[in-house]
Amino acid sequence: MKVVEIKNLTVEYPGVRALDNVSFSIEQNDFLGIIGPNGAGKSTLFSCMLGLNTQYSGSIHFFGEDIRVTKKYLGDVGYVPQKPVFEKNFPATVREVVRMGLRRNGNEKRVDEVLQDVWIHELSHKRIGELSVGQQQRVFIAKALVGDPKILILDEPVTGIDAQSTELFYGILCELNKKQNITIIWASHDLDAVNKLANKVACLDRTLFFHGVSDEFFSNEELVKKYSESSMQKHMHNHVES
Amino acid sequence: MTLEIFSYGFMQRALVSGIAIALLCSVVGLFLVLRRYSLFGDAVAHSSFGGIAAGLLIGIYPMWTAYVVSLVSALVITRIKQKFDISGEASVAILLSSGIAVGLILISLSGGFNVDILSFLFGSILLVSVEDTVLILGLTGIILIVILLLYRELIYSTFNEEQAKVSGIPVEKMNYLIVFIAGITVVTSIQLVGILLISALFVIPNVTAIMYGRSFKQTALLSIAFAVSSVIVGILISYLFDITPSGTIVMLSVAIFAVTIGLKWMGLIDHSKMPLKKLSLSNHFI
Repeated sequence: MKVVEIKNLTVEYPGVRALDNVSFSIEQNDFLGIIGPNGAGKSTLFSCMLGLNTQYSGSIHFFGEDIRVTKKYLGDVGYVPQKPVFEKNFPATVREVVRMGLRRNGNEKRVDEVLQDVWIHELSHKRIGELSVGQQQRVFIAKALVGDPKILILDEPVTGIDAQSTELFYGILCELNKKQNITIIWASHDLDAVNKLANKVACLDRTLFFHGVSDEFFSNEELVKKYSESSMQKHMHNHVES
Repeated sequence: MTLEIFSYGFMQRALVSGIAIALLCSVVGLFLVLRRYSLFGDAVAHSSFGGIAAGLLIGIYPMWTAYVVSLVSALVITRIKQKFDISGEASVAILLSSGIAVGLILISLSGGFNVDILSFLFGSILLVSVEDTVLILGLTGIILIVILLLYRELIYSTFNEEQAKVSGIPVEKMNYLIVFIAGITVVTSIQLVGILLISALFVIPNVTAIMYGRSFKQTALLSIAFAVSSVIVGILISYLFDITPSGTIVMLSVAIFAVTIGLKWMGLIDHSKMPLKKLSLSNHFI
């Protein structure tokens, strides 16, 4: 069953085409890794999918409904941003932050359950700003999960996180997908991790140049090489510009 | 003598109104401070100066014109800020200076400064009437109920706008609501400390409480405690020593802040050790 369907998605900023005619669909319980170099349009794609950017042509459907027509789908979507952004001295405990994601009349017990799911229960009374970035990112996952989403969208969530926390983070994602049947849409630079975790891959560089089963992508040396070259060129370009 | 002052009607009204205003300012002010909008109260208060001057000039009760002018200018400046991507501090500066400028022009047209204008500039809590007290209590009740009903939406949109939007919270509406509530709170509070010192009530107790509080609820309760105690003690001291209540209230807030800074500097404040359960009133809203 298709839970997300994107057709001919094009986004233009002044002088730049950020996404060009992108079309693909996501099946229920997929673990989709979206890979692409910096500036490939991954964040733009997510901001359109989450309704934050409505200046696009083409269409995006969640659960069969056009997101331009209804925002109901947001109740079934959890989102974890690239970095946990908030005022450093914000006086809120981990529990309070997670509770923000709880639906109106949601069950308070869910807060404890998701805190345990992401291994952060013992920190629930700490102020959010006291935690490491890796721990904060787990709090943001818990906040996304507490509303019982059917789909979890993660935008390069391990950027700036140490290796140990990254491993823990990946383990949590795997469990959510396999045990709780949550569809995961995950943007990442980490090809090895995508190879290990995702069952589907979408390779994006403003236009979609691959979408399919993970094994198919990683067994095709030409595709992997093309991705790596494209990624390296962008990296070098950014490096020279900076 | 000390207990006798509580038997005076004007003192009872001053204390009741002052406590209500302190409660309101600390709760609304916490959202403003955390949104980096600390001087918004100041800007709205200054724009109300134009409204008060207009009321005095045309012979309408100045508080009514102050409410209208402050709310309209606060909402307009918020719209301009969003539409033209002007920074928060710049929009505050525009609101603040235009309010004072309009007020000065209207005052000069009405023959210059008088006692009425001065009481609005510096506050006159000891002169508050029964009608004003009822209005202050009514508005405090309504605003606190609205905040409690929309607690999750307000705290979430204050914590992270983008995340709140993705969770389906109408962030733009929440922003307007906060501005609207802040506008009403500012004008209601003018009688306590006056236009010139109003932002102190919004900012100082909250900045102090943030240094102690571990949770949002705890911080809000501490802020209320600091603001209410400053108001009660300030009004009593001002009566006993015959000094201005507004200045005394603000200086007491500053004193609590200064002691907190000192304790923090000595490493004696650790919000991770603040007991969460003991200060909990209810778990319903957190």
